[in-house]
Amino acid sequence: MKVMAQMGMVMNLDKCIGCHTCSVTCKQAWTNRSGLEYAWFNNVETRPGQGYPRRYEDQEKAKGGWIRTKGGRLKLKGGSKARRLLSIFSNPRMLNIKDYYEPWTYEYDNLITAPLGQQTPVARPKSLLTGKPMKIEWSANWDDDLGGGPVNIEKDPILQKLAEDVTTKVKLEFEQTFMFYLPRICEHCLNPACVAACPSGAIYKRAEDGIVLVDQQQCKGWRMCVSACPYKKIYFNHKTGKAEKCTMCYPRLEIGLPTVCAETCVGRLRYLGLFLYDADKVNGAASVENDQDLYEAQMDLLLDPDDPEVLAAARAEGMPEDWIAAAQKSPVYKLAKVYRVALPLHPEYRTMPMVWYVPPLSPIVDVLTETGHDGEEVGNLFGAIEALRIPLEYLAEMFSAGDVSVVTGTLRKLSAMRSYMRDINLGREPRAEIPEAVGMTEESIYEMYRLLAIAKYEDRYVIPAAHTEQAKELDHLGCSLDGIEGVENFGGGPFGQSSGNPVPVTIESFLMAKERQTK
Amino acid sequence: MSSLDIMLWSVLPYAAIGSFVVGSIWRYRYDKFNWTTRSSQIYEGKMLRIAGPLFHLGLFAVIGGHIVGLLIPMKWTNAIGVSQEMYHVGAITMGSFAGVATLLGIALLIYRRRTTDTVFVATTKNDKTMYIFLVATLLAGSSATLSSAGVIGTEHNYRETVSPWFRSILLFRPDAALMANTPLAFRIHAVVGMLLFIIWPFTRLVHAMTAPVGYMFRPPIIYRTRDGRSVAGNRKARPGWEKVKY
Repeated sequence: MKVMAQMGMVMNLDKCIGCHTCSVTCKQAWTNRSGLEYAWFNNVETRPGQGYPRRYEDQEKAKGGWIRTKGGRLKLKGGSKARRLLSIFSNPRMLNIKDYYEPWTYEYDNLITAPLGQQTPVARPKSLLTGKPMKIEWSANWDDDLGGGPVNIEKDPILQKLAEDVTTKVKLEFEQTFMFYLPRICEHCLNPACVAACPSGAIYKRAEDGIVLVDQQQCKGWRMCVSACPYKKIYFNHKTGKAEKCTMCYPRLEIGLPTVCAETCVGRLRYLGLFLYDADKVNGAASVENDQDLYEAQMDLLLDPDDPEVLAAARAEGMPEDWIAAAQKSPVYKLAKVYRVALPLHPEYRTMPMVWYVPPLSPIVDVLTETGHDGEEVGNLFGAIEALRIPLEYLAEMFSAGDVSVVTGTLRKLSAMRSYMRDINLGREPRAEIPEAVGMTEESIYEMYRLLAIAKYEDRYVIPAAHTEQAKELDHLGCSLDGIEGVENFGGGPFGQSSGNPVPVTIESFLMAKERQTK
Repeated sequence: MSSLDIMLWSVLPYAAIGSFVVGSIWRYRYDKFNWTTRSSQIYEGKMLRIAGPLFHLGLFAVIGGHIVGLLIPMKWTNAIGVSQEMYHVGAITMGSFAGVATLLGIALLIYRRRTTDTVFVATTKNDKTMYIFLVATLLAGSSATLSSAGVIGTEHNYRETVSPWFRSILLFRPDAALMANTPLAFRIHAVVGMLLFIIWPFTRLVHAMTAPVGYMFRPPIIYRTRDGRSVAGNRKARPGWEKVKY
């Protein structure tokens, strides 16, 4: 047993209102630079929908993630090592910028400099890639809130995967506006396909917290990771020619702060904390035969942080005590493993993703209420979960490789929690049989309610600092720019933009903003 | 033998080797961040799908041909019973395929670069200069091949002139006289080729020097600790590079 720590995230989809605050703050923090205009380390997509980049879930096209060979071994879906290395001169699975969208700006200047004339001056859109006028035909959230209707939604890979009759039923459901939002960041997988696909060995998992990062010095821009990631969460910076990705805001995590997306989440739906897992078993878990067993295999990797045997092994690996304490308090471990209400996104990609989702229950409650039923009465709710098969199958395709029973189990727990708490809130006698019906106790369902509904800041984010004794040193938020090497050379060594010594990304963003302001 | 000959065939080669070696080491240390292929595939993929492999695989064959032709002395091939005739026919046949593939590939690559707006905008002056030297080297090389076969000019056995000269450079006993009387095409090819090696470390061509051969032999998942110490089969951080300071 090799115990390692993994920083994980849980998102409670019931609470997501699709406001895109996480995306915008993330963009401001990380991708407001040229070369990454089109990139959203965090994006929120409406489901059903094509997602971002378009149809990223269609692995037959982009060949992301892993597959199990007949011999029971894991292989990247993109092909053998030799085959992928031979395709390095032109990666056949590489995405085109149009799969994301062509970034643009507007000719705002024209609004104030246009000569006096008959027509009101307009700000035409101009491509940020070519500088020429362009027609805007797609962007990161073009089908937001089911925008574009069936024309766009029908191309949802999951809808297409579901049987023909189910598709028609889901279409009918559109009239009752069934949809939910799916915020996505890098999954920081235990078995990351991007890491395995990188010819330069530039992408790595941090041994301390499992965050997947790209070494910008070592990356040579072979762009194999872009297609290998089944979630398409690696972006090619077309100005620097290097891969960039969600960093899980590691500079913030290291000083005990939550990620920008979590901190600014209006719905307070994100949870951050540690998982302890057995690194020796990852490969075995990722190569179980049946896709639908992957969820359980992934659960088995997560170790109980209160188990003395696990603790002894963790200490033997040199894990600091504050990290062990944080793992014991971890909200993500509780939601994923103890209560089993958080599910991994697309476990069938075999990457063992570490961003988990509490599937949405609200549409079901709303539909019940609309049809004149008591939406939170436990009997009605349980019945409705079984009856509304279409969303269930859709959710199952996302979170449990199509195994409806897993999603049902989760939704039953969530609805039981509502019904149980409703009695308490209305001053009635709490009914112990409700938690029992979903295999929980009154205490645990109440604790789960505290974590999901009250969701205090310090309960949502249990983040141990990198090493407490160094935490103060690492705190450079608000530092001055004095004495930082490379700042004076910013914007061009002899080989064009971004050559020369590396400039910390925060400094680069600051200088870019400053340059814009003075123009 | 004029002083120009000495400059071209005894001095320039060492200037080229010096620039190539020192320049590469310097750039790897100073400008590692910009050491990249600067791939434009995200802008355009259809033409690259054909042109990229065509050019690169053709070029590998060309390089292989150069290694055999320049480094292996004629005596050795004669000794194993390969006559000059046989060698010549083989070299011309394989060389033609490789040369045509490479030239077609680069033609298509340049066409793509010029006609695709997004790719053209991303093309720097540095790239354009590099293309001039690269294409000139390839064209001069092709005409030298044709000339050695006697298609243009008189037939010439470069294994008696160019190859020994090349080896004399590597052995630090430059013999400029060997090159002085070779056909013009060979001399142009050699000079432009050396100039290409001089600018090589300062162009995007550097990506060739970090061809990811090690990928075949490394474990799939890499772990690194925060302080840069590697674990579980990971390579160590390169010396000479300071960590990013905050």
